[in-house]
Amino acid sequence: MAETIRITTPFKKEDSIKLKAGDSVLITGEIYSARDAAHKAMTEALARGEKLPIDWHNQIVYYLGPTPAKPGDPIGSCGPTTSGRMDAYTPTMLDQGIQGMIGKGSRTKEVVEAMKKHGVTYFAAVGGAAALIAKSVKKYEVIAYPELGPEALAKLTVEDFPAIVVIDSEGNSLYETNQAKYRTLEGY
Amino acid sequence: MREIDVNTITENVAKMCMEAAYYLPEDVYRGLKKGRETETSPVGQVVLDQIIKNAEIAKNEDRPICQDTGMTIVFLKLGQEVHITGGDLYEAVNAGIAKGYTEGYLRKSVVAEPLFNRVNTKNNTPGVIYTEIVPGDKLDITIAPKGFGSENKSGVKMLVPADGVEGVKKAVMEIMLHASMNPCPPVVVGVGIGGTMDRAAYMSKKALTRSIEERNPMPEYAKLEEELLELINKTGIGPQLGGNTTALAVNIEWGPTHIAGLPVAVTICCHAMRHSHRVL
Repeated sequence: MAETIRITTPFKKEDSIKLKAGDSVLITGEIYSARDAAHKAMTEALARGEKLPIDWHNQIVYYLGPTPAKPGDPIGSCGPTTSGRMDAYTPTMLDQGIQGMIGKGSRTKEVVEAMKKHGVTYFAAVGGAAALIAKSVKKYEVIAYPELGPEALAKLTVEDFPAIVVIDSEGNSLYETNQAKYRTLEGY
Repeated sequence: MREIDVNTITENVAKMCMEAAYYLPEDVYRGLKKGRETETSPVGQVVLDQIIKNAEIAKNEDRPICQDTGMTIVFLKLGQEVHITGGDLYEAVNAGIAKGYTEGYLRKSVVAEPLFNRVNTKNNTPGVIYTEIVPGDKLDITIAPKGFGSENKSGVKMLVPADGVEGVKKAVMEIMLHASMNPCPPVVVGVGIGGTMDRAAYMSKKALTRSIEERNPMPEYAKLEEELLELINKTGIGPQLGGNTTALAVNIEWGPTHIAGLPVAVTICCHAMRHSHRVL
């Protein structure tokens, strides 16, 4: 593994385009969580010509619906959800200025094309490492759609949040290269 | 007739929901450790280290292993000499789920209706409850919360008898290759062979309640479990970011089927293969 790269938010395009698929990163600053229901609400708001609850320029979205926080904790367990479910909304959201996405799993061609157009980086956090990831979250604050419960749009203050660049701004995919590297399967 | 009060059932189910969410079963933990020893991909090793450390934090601090604390699958084996008193059995189980998910700070992930409204029930009920009536005077409860990152990648194939063993392997591999890194590998693969479409699906779920260290008692199926595991671990999918630890085990359950059919169902379970078992 190569050396870990430290990233602080706001996450600018000039920072994003330097990252390469396979890079390990630690993210510090503010990131925003949203998943299926919040994405649906935001794209519907845009279709109606309304303003979004936050300005997404130079921001990182984290596909997350956490467990409730225990008393005294900022957040409960908070690992990534499957990014693919957000793919239908993602090109529209990237047009809003999102510069980085954190989730898990594959993305569609349309998303990768939109990423290349805007110089966006897609990071993976380890799926199911939710109690471990919670250690890097210092604050959780609901910004919009509180009625969605764990699916609300929220601001997370994070310190050394561990992630890996899986698709870089040029469309290179660690999933594709690394799976091919370790594949010995024949005939299926 | 032995009497079991509904309150006893509710209290036990509540505790079991929390235990299942916090404590990874020992066999799965050992499977992850074993996978870490043999994993050759450096990034795969990093992922496995995080997953193992995560399970330890969850256990030591009573925290959910994963934020997707799942839809609650409940397997009940009800002795026919048991008399449930004080109320309705399924209401008691669901009250236990509601209590466990609320008091245990687990995520409520169930919507009441799937297509038009999708309103969260806010207490994770109803569970998916399967009941078997068996001899005896005990109530055997298994709680198996199921996350949907992996559930969404599960599937059924309706094969014909001529497809045979090779057809079964192809069907399982097709589902696994399509699932790829999405269901949070290393996964445990439950396979149901035979029955009807729905029976095969049920068996594939039930297969996941067996220890991953225990093979099917019938040698032919035990061999098929081993062969499928080897194939799946050659896909390169690995622990999410490429490698050779794609699955920890393949558990097959089989059942009688029709002369014209060979249903095969695959339930993929993420590395957080959670369950809790008690006999009342």
